[in-house]
Amino acid sequence: MDDLTTSERIPRIEVRELTKMFGGLKAVSAFDETIYPGELVGLIGPNGAGKTTVFNMVTGLYTPTAGHIGFDGISIEGLAPHEITQLGIARTFQNVRLFPNLTVLDNVRIAYHPHAGYGMSDAIRRSARFGAKEKELSERAQDFLAVFGLDQRQDEIAKNLPYGEQRRLEIARALAAEPTLLLLDEPAAGMNPKEIVVLMDLIHFIREEFKLTIWLIEHQMRVVMGICERITVVDFGEVIARGTPKEIQSDAKVIEAYLGLGAVAVAQQLSEKRSYVARSQ
Amino acid sequence: MRARFNRSTVIFLLGCLVVFAVFQYLFSAGVLNAFWYTLIRIGAVMAIVSIGLNLIYGFNGQFSLGQWGFYAIGAYAAADITYRWTQLHDTSGLMVLLLGVAFSGAAILLLGKYLNRVRGLDAMSAFAIYLLFVVLAVLVGVWIARPLIAPTTAALTALPEAVSSQIVFFLAVILGGLVAAEVSFLFGLPILTLGSDYFGIATLGFTIIIKVLLDNTDTMFGLTEMKGARGMVGIPKDTTWFWVFFFLFVVVVVTRNILQSSTGRAIVSVREDETAAKAMGIDVGGMKTLTFVLGSLFAGLAGGLYAHINGFLHPSNFNFIRSFDPMIIIVLGGLGSITGTVIASFAWALVLEGFLRIVLPEGFETWRFVVYPLLLLVMMLLRPKGLLGTYEIPFLRSVMPPRRKRERQVDAQGLQGPTSERQSEGG
Repeated sequence: MDDLTTSERIPRIEVRELTKMFGGLKAVSAFDETIYPGELVGLIGPNGAGKTTVFNMVTGLYTPTAGHIGFDGISIEGLAPHEITQLGIARTFQNVRLFPNLTVLDNVRIAYHPHAGYGMSDAIRRSARFGAKEKELSERAQDFLAVFGLDQRQDEIAKNLPYGEQRRLEIARALAAEPTLLLLDEPAAGMNPKEIVVLMDLIHFIREEFKLTIWLIEHQMRVVMGICERITVVDFGEVIARGTPKEIQSDAKVIEAYLGLGAVAVAQQLSEKRSYVARSQ
Repeated sequence: MRARFNRSTVIFLLGCLVVFAVFQYLFSAGVLNAFWYTLIRIGAVMAIVSIGLNLIYGFNGQFSLGQWGFYAIGAYAAADITYRWTQLHDTSGLMVLLLGVAFSGAAILLLGKYLNRVRGLDAMSAFAIYLLFVVLAVLVGVWIARPLIAPTTAALTALPEAVSSQIVFFLAVILGGLVAAEVSFLFGLPILTLGSDYFGIATLGFTIIIKVLLDNTDTMFGLTEMKGARGMVGIPKDTTWFWVFFFLFVVVVVTRNILQSSTGRAIVSVREDETAAKAMGIDVGGMKTLTFVLGSLFAGLAGGLYAHINGFLHPSNFNFIRSFDPMIIIVLGGLGSITGTVIASFAWALVLEGFLRIVLPEGFETWRFVVYPLLLLVMMLLRPKGLLGTYEIPFLRSVMPPRRKRERQVDAQGLQGPTSERQSEGG
């Protein structure tokens, strides 16, 4: 894979000129992004910048006003959300969206529904096929939970899990849909520093284990800077910067977007001071 | 086969057999008189309607007041078939509905396959296409049915009276259900896109429309045997304890088998969180349609059975106010509990019509409607989740596979688990 030049590879996801209008409000305007298989790319920006809107369009929850979304070379704009998921894009949500009154195991088993391998008539007749497939499906879900250390919790109602485990279950459920591209919407929201370290480990682990391409939205700079290879910054629906975490950290436009105009000067002063302190030590 | 007949299944089947036999004995021995016999059959019919509504509201989360409208459609469709057979000795009702339903059903299924592939087809255009093809299919069905009526009538007349009337009755009930199901499919296409409150209002509108149409069946559609607002009489009283029990049994088992499958989990996931269900690859619109059609099918079956209990149908029975009856039953019995629904249905029939009539002194019948709402109020205060909450008897409970024995202890953090496990495997 690495010896291929960029131009020869098919991007996992290719977003061009993506625009979304809510009435007169331009939530996202001409957003571009190309992510190749195996990459881990971050999408950051202040609140209301349009990050989640981009994810909602990619997963089909919103229909784009204009633009193109290609997934493995197939154009997917206008497809229904479930069709997009079945093609191989799964996601998690900003505020955890589990199936709250169902058991942990059922949360994962639902993700297998599109490939359950039996239809409703098998279920009604309780055919041999139903028995075999249902057993296989349950076992797969259990194996899956075991990978995430949730197997002993399988009978518990999802809403009764502690917050950290709910987040983990949500990621497990998304992965059970067998995606090749995983969209994580603020996975570290509401987590304490210790949980964040665990989460970063988990993201690294699933990326290797499931050969995933990951695109994530995050506010916790520690996570973004720690794990992303590339970052795109949006503000008011427009891309204002792209680059490696290092480049982004010192980008004047980004600091301005996050902290306001005056902050740029302060940041420059701070960095001078910091380098002064570093030198003097 | 061993898995099919585990302990809870055997107990359930035996229990059903005992209940059926005991009541059959009580009725035939005359211990329970005709009054109680009617009430128990009504209770079973209400159980079928309510299970259908529980699927739609309790399991799929769509607040529907249209159940009573589909019940009415099933009742009148089935009654028309048996009326024409017993009173007019022809099978025109049977053949027209049979072929009409078969052809339009086939059209819906075929179209469904093709329309699924169309990108960005909105609900209204889909509705228009389906409606067009269903109407065409029904016309074709009727055209083919016409020449077949006479030979079918002759064939059925050749059979002994008891046998032929049972065959016609059975087919009538099934067709009543199917007609209701197909109407619900068409009606559901545009309105299932509505959010839950708006969906409730739209279905309420549907029930009102059906009632108005039933008031005018003779003048608007020329179906003079239905006699419009005067009420349809002369329907054979074919619904026996055996038939209501049989249909209730089938409905319970089918519902249970669907709910305890992948499809059932998908249905429930829509109730739990629509957006998350979409993101998990569940065809939310498809699941809503499926549940709505299934629930309406049950309502139609129940309607067909109801029509043949008293042998009399009146549009006022299908007033929209009555559509709250199954709603009250499922809320009382427990949303998402089949066991609770069945118990509450019988309780509803027996308490409202039976015990209260007997307990209250003569001339106080109208007080039923004071005592009954009071009972509801007390119930809601004491048990807001319904009589049984989400309790199910073992047969109806969803089966969880046994937990696996953990092979390797994962540390308390849990998340380190996979990483360390992988490392140890690699090493």
